[in-house]
Amino acid sequence: MDALLREYLPILIFVGIAVGLSAIMVLASYVIARQNPDSEKLSPYECGFDPFENARGRFDVRYYLVAILFIIFDLEVAFLFPWAVTFGTLGLFGFWSMMVFLGVLTIGFIYEWKKGALEWE
Amino acid sequence: MANLLNNYLLPLIIIVLEILAIVVPLLVAVAYLTYFERKVLAAAQLRKGPNVVGPFGLLQPLADGLKLMMKETVIPSGANRVVFIAAPILTFTLSLIAWAVIPIQAGVVLADINVGILYLFAISSLGVYGIIMAGWSSNSKYAFLGALRSAAQMVSYEVSMGFVIVTVLLCAGSLNLSAIVNSQAGSYGLLNWYWLPLLPMFVVFFISVLAETNRSPFDLPEGESELVAGFFVEYSAMTFALFFLGEYGNMILMSAMTSILFLGGWLSPLPFAPFTWIPGFVWLFAKIAFVLFCFLWVRATFPRFRYDQLMRLGWKVFLPLSLGWLVLTAGVLTAIRTWSGTGG
Amino acid sequence: MIALAFWLFATLTVASAVMVISARNTVHSVLFLIFCFFNAAGLFVLLGAEFLAMILVVVYVGAVAVLFLFVVMMLDIDFTELRQGFLRYLPVGIVVGVVLCVEIVFVFKTWILNPDMATVAAAVTPPLDQISNTQALGSLIYTHYVYAFQASGLILLVAMIGAIMLTHRARVGVRKQTISTQVARKREDAVTVVKVPTGEGI
Repeated sequence: MDALLREYLPILIFVGIAVGLSAIMVLASYVIARQNPDSEKLSPYECGFDPFENARGRFDVRYYLVAILFIIFDLEVAFLFPWAVTFGTLGLFGFWSMMVFLGVLTIGFIYEWKKGALEWE
Repeated sequence: MANLLNNYLLPLIIIVLEILAIVVPLLVAVAYLTYFERKVLAAAQLRKGPNVVGPFGLLQPLADGLKLMMKETVIPSGANRVVFIAAPILTFTLSLIAWAVIPIQAGVVLADINVGILYLFAISSLGVYGIIMAGWSSNSKYAFLGALRSAAQMVSYEVSMGFVIVTVLLCAGSLNLSAIVNSQAGSYGLLNWYWLPLLPMFVVFFISVLAETNRSPFDLPEGESELVAGFFVEYSAMTFALFFLGEYGNMILMSAMTSILFLGGWLSPLPFAPFTWIPGFVWLFAKIAFVLFCFLWVRATFPRFRYDQLMRLGWKVFLPLSLGWLVLTAGVLTAIRTWSGTGG
Repeated sequence: MIALAFWLFATLTVASAVMVISARNTVHSVLFLIFCFFNAAGLFVLLGAEFLAMILVVVYVGAVAVLFLFVVMMLDIDFTELRQGFLRYLPVGIVVGVVLCVEIVFVFKTWILNPDMATVAAAVTPPLDQISNTQALGSLIYTHYVYAFQASGLILLVAMIGAIMLTHRARVGVRKQTISTQVARKREDAVTVVKVPTGEGI
């Protein structure tokens, strides 16, 4: 247990060092370089005119669908990890158990394919 | 007091030094990757590339870095300041901390955790946040569109990357990166590595990595001709530099991951005397450099994908292909075990 | 050392959880939620559940929170409008809150540990000092808990179909690229060589 945690300690310290390093880089540039902001410089990039509307407008619902489908497949992958690791000792039952699971999700995948949810227009 | 020093402070200092031993060469490598890229692209287009600053232009990356350092940090007036600054810091941090679990050589790794590959998978799935945060906080249409595209793209290719990783795990039987490398050792050298038995998966993985790091031909999020620079259009000076460094750091990281999963990590390609004398990290660096060269080669060769083609490739080609190959691999392994009478 | 790490992660988890519900900006809320997930992952690691910690990051931070962020970023909620009904709904809100609090108190009062729990749990747990946490999970999920596993597969299927039913809109009049027809196209279908007599045209 203790040995397990000792392996994670460097990661924690690494996160601290990495965040510190990048923050220092941004800060150093801010301090060193001459800051001379004006309203034109600070306006959002738009080809020479003022923006017509709020930039954070609504967007195609398809992006949501992609995100939802991604969650589902990500969960599927999450289930696959322990299976792959114990594959050598699981035996035939474990193999077929996963095949049924994948089969069920393949049905879903075929459904979404046929429905055209994977088309991007 | 001496007890405290020996038990806590000393290991801490050693860890910090080890981390610096990873970070400093990595930063140098990132800087020179930009030089390498410009040289390779120049060679592909029959130009010379950077050759003015220093001998062979070798000081060019340093000059670029200095220039970015001296620029003004512009924070757009409509931007959400905290998120705007946090996004590049996050991107750069993620590209650094993933290196904690990469085994440089047999037994040489900073954090030898049991779930190394999952850690890498988790870190690479977080990369999307830097982009979404940058795109949203800039309050600019170009940045926002670029971020959306990029997020959907990274997410789509991550699924097939996950399946490919699981396929490798089926053969390796462990989540520990050193164990994955060791499982590729054998008397046939480079023919033992997983790129050969899992060749289609190797190709899928390489292309997914290109999409995951937003590299050409999948660099739509920053498509200069339409979105000017994508999600980091509003960034300047060091905040821009951090995105840039993060992107190139991610390229090196993904090359390292490809080398470990498919190209035998630190193993020598020819497992006999003169080649096994060369220390393992040299082989690993050579493999990373080779994969990176392929990245640049692809950039110099292929035109950019259209967005619908990109999504089609991810969801309709790579996903079924990698899933099918996963099932096939599992089936073959089970069949071998059943017939040889050890399992079942 | 471990106690210190625990207090660090636990404090940050609770603090960021409080920020999730108190932050004005919904995007900040989601970002605090992500931070909260990270600290929860840290707590999992402290318990020795490294697989769960990584899966928490991969699934919740890497996937679920992306969807949350997508939703709240693009909704463009008008906050002044949201706050208008605040006083009107306050009494109802307080009643619901009190009922929930009372329920929680009852749950805590009557909550007892199953005395057989130790034996039930020990019966199927593989020896954790010999194999890693992931292997221990893997050796149980697919065989011992096969029904729960298949049920989760079915839930994912339902989620997939539900998501498509709710969000998929087939557009009309869109020109699509059909790669198979492009590839199947031959020279003979597309090009004809015509001998054009001089000065006459076709």
